[in-house]
Amino acid sequence: MIPMYKIGVVGEKDAAVAFLSLGMTVKGVDTPEEAQRAIDEMAREGYGLIFVTETIAKEIDETIERYKNNFLPAIILIPGVNGSLGIGLQKIKNNVEKAVGVDILSKKEG
Amino acid sequence: MRLNVNPTRMELSRLKKRLAVAVRGHKLLKDKQDELMKKFIDLIKRNNELRVKVEEELTKSLKDFMMAKAVMGAEFLQEAISMPAETIKLEVTRKNIMSVSVPVMNFVREGNENASIYPYGFLSTTGELDAAIKKLYDIMPQLLELAEVEKACQLMADEIEKTRRRVNALEYVMIPQLKETIKYITMKLDENERGH
Repeated sequence: MIPMYKIGVVGEKDAAVAFLSLGMTVKGVDTPEEAQRAIDEMAREGYGLIFVTETIAKEIDETIERYKNNFLPAIILIPGVNGSLGIGLQKIKNNVEKAVGVDILSKKEG
Repeated sequence: MRLNVNPTRMELSRLKKRLAVAVRGHKLLKDKQDELMKKFIDLIKRNNELRVKVEEELTKSLKDFMMAKAVMGAEFLQEAISMPAETIKLEVTRKNIMSVSVPVMNFVREGNENASIYPYGFLSTTGELDAAIKKLYDIMPQLLELAEVEKACQLMADEIEKTRRRVNALEYVMIPQLKETIKYITMKLDENERGH
């Protein structure tokens, strides 16, 4: 029996509401505190995947880092309504630096 | 730094055994680190590609949503999509990459098989909304792959860092320490022998 998980979205209302149409659980939040609470709640209730918009994520880095090394939930940043802020990409770079020691991704581009 | 032990033959043979174990452990960990790194680099490249692509598409789709919202009005829009025809669930299994267990995710759609992806009638909604939802649907598989790959990368980066610390601790602390102590005891024993 493969365990089943729900998918959640946390973000500002305008962006998050779009994911309603896909049948995900959507929590529209306005403040970082609300977002924090929403994420913690979802993690407790057994959500396997939580999408967080970058607009909100940049305020609650601590909460997101806390779940980083857990097997689940996976917290994935998505761009908000104003487009990508580059936080998600920056996080990938941080991962690379942590593991490899140097940033091998941007060297390739430049 | 020399270990604080008595210079006896017993101690010497004990230390030699420890050194052998440390060297072997170091080699094994080093191999693990190399292999992890290789896998990680492949994954992280994929991660980067995917993220760039997904972010771009998602931004477009959200813009469309904003358009639809502007045309229809926020209340109508919310009403139209708040009862989706299906719910989406996630099947998660574990995969083992070099002793790091990473999740493998699989979407499961629950709901009426034949239902259209548009959870509303066409009366009060506009074409913009249809287009936005269609786009969002099309991104879903990639979004999921991104989630999977990115999580794997996070977990692997952590494991690589841990392994590197262990390798370094063995290479630069444990092994030199043992070697130095062994040398010290050997010399001490030789000296005693000459003294007799």
